[in-house]
Amino acid sequence: MFKRIWGWIQRFSSPKHFYDISGKMIPWFAVSALLLGVYGLYMGLFVAPTDYQQGESYRIIFIHVPAAWMSLFIYMVMAIASAIGLIWQIKLADMVAAASAPIGAWFTFLALVTGSLWGKPMWGAYWVWDARLTSELILLFLYFGYMALQSSIEDQRTADKASGLLAIVGVVNIPIIHYSVEWWNTLHQGATVAKFDKPSMHIDMLIPLLVMAFAAKLFYAAVVLVRARNEVLMRERNRQWVRELVEKI
Amino acid sequence: MLKAFYHLLARDLRLAFRLRHELANPLIFFVLVVSLFPLAVTPNAELLQEMAPGVIWVSALLSVLLSLDRLFKQDYEDGSLDQLMLSPNPLVILVLAKVAAHWLLTGLPLVLIAPLLGLFMYVPAEANGVLMLSLLLGTPVLSLVGAIGVSLTVAVNRGGVLLSLIILPLYIPILIFGANAVDVASDGLSVRGQILFLGAVLAMSISLAPLATAVALRITASR
Repeated sequence: MFKRIWGWIQRFSSPKHFYDISGKMIPWFAVSALLLGVYGLYMGLFVAPTDYQQGESYRIIFIHVPAAWMSLFIYMVMAIASAIGLIWQIKLADMVAAASAPIGAWFTFLALVTGSLWGKPMWGAYWVWDARLTSELILLFLYFGYMALQSSIEDQRTADKASGLLAIVGVVNIPIIHYSVEWWNTLHQGATVAKFDKPSMHIDMLIPLLVMAFAAKLFYAAVVLVRARNEVLMRERNRQWVRELVEKI
Repeated sequence: MLKAFYHLLARDLRLAFRLRHELANPLIFFVLVVSLFPLAVTPNAELLQEMAPGVIWVSALLSVLLSLDRLFKQDYEDGSLDQLMLSPNPLVILVLAKVAAHWLLTGLPLVLIAPLLGLFMYVPAEANGVLMLSLLLGTPVLSLVGAIGVSLTVAVNRGGVLLSLIILPLYIPILIFGANAVDVASDGLSVRGQILFLGAVLAMSISLAPLATAVALRITASR
């Protein structure tokens, strides 16, 4: 039983098989991400009611919160994929991890930018050392560290393993960093940050938010597959099947 | 196993004492950076006192960071790192010995010189003890976590900036709690929570970081 599953995993994770399958999956993910994204944005920007405290400016939440969720989610995916790559020596997992990093960094950056744009009308300044913004900034640094290590080691296998280990160490540290930043924030800032406690969200706001979060996940799925396919072609460029593929084009 | 630990520790200490001039460098760097702040900002006692915990802690952090290089670099270049990995002793123990030696040579001197810097920065006398205690608990963590980063980057040409890029974000919790402990102690309040947190992180790093370092060394050696 176990042997058969193992064999199945190995067959599925072979670069060529992955290349074929992912090529068929990408359009589905991309189209559904687009549809859901358009629907979610329409619902969020035009249909959802105006917030009685924050007026219209709260609507950036429909970008900001999904981006922030994705930034953490992608780091988790990276760490899990790296662990799979390190433990079971599945090259495909390493490629997925490597392909995920820039996407995660962009989502983190997006969360930071939308957060500071939101902060301007709410806090009166583009940047406030708020606990979540600060954690997000540190997360961005973690992504940068991962990408820097990945690109500075020439040998691909070593680069994968080294940066994979870094991702795992990072994931152990994320909760510690998060809670210490939160703790630091309650000590230093507290009063200066206007605390708008969140009443349970109105359902008309919650649904577009969840739709947008789902759209972001699908978008990530589509982009990470495209990037992973690129990685496959790059790394297997000396293989027969890649040559045949290129010649066909 | 314990024998291997002591031998490696003794070897590293002996090697370091043969190159005595290098030994003082992180310490001088530490003092130098801290004394830049009054020059750059203001010699005003009140302001300096307020900045002191952060300034001293950040300088300690940078000083350890710059000294991390010598943890594995030389051993990597002359091949003794490969010998260590071939030895029958568990690599985790050997890593622990190397980190212990590194801390004794860089972390401990920082702890001992800290009261002098507290004097420079007008840290109240009663907070000086907490400053030393927080550094005593915090600097070993800096060495332990730093060892992971060094073992990943030791084979990279000009890995220095890369090392800071991957290690500094991991140092943030220590910085927050270490500096805050001194800050709170200056106001005469209890620092039990901060000290306990630093102790907890130290316990966690001692048990986990050498494992990660050992894996990282094997990855580096496998190329």
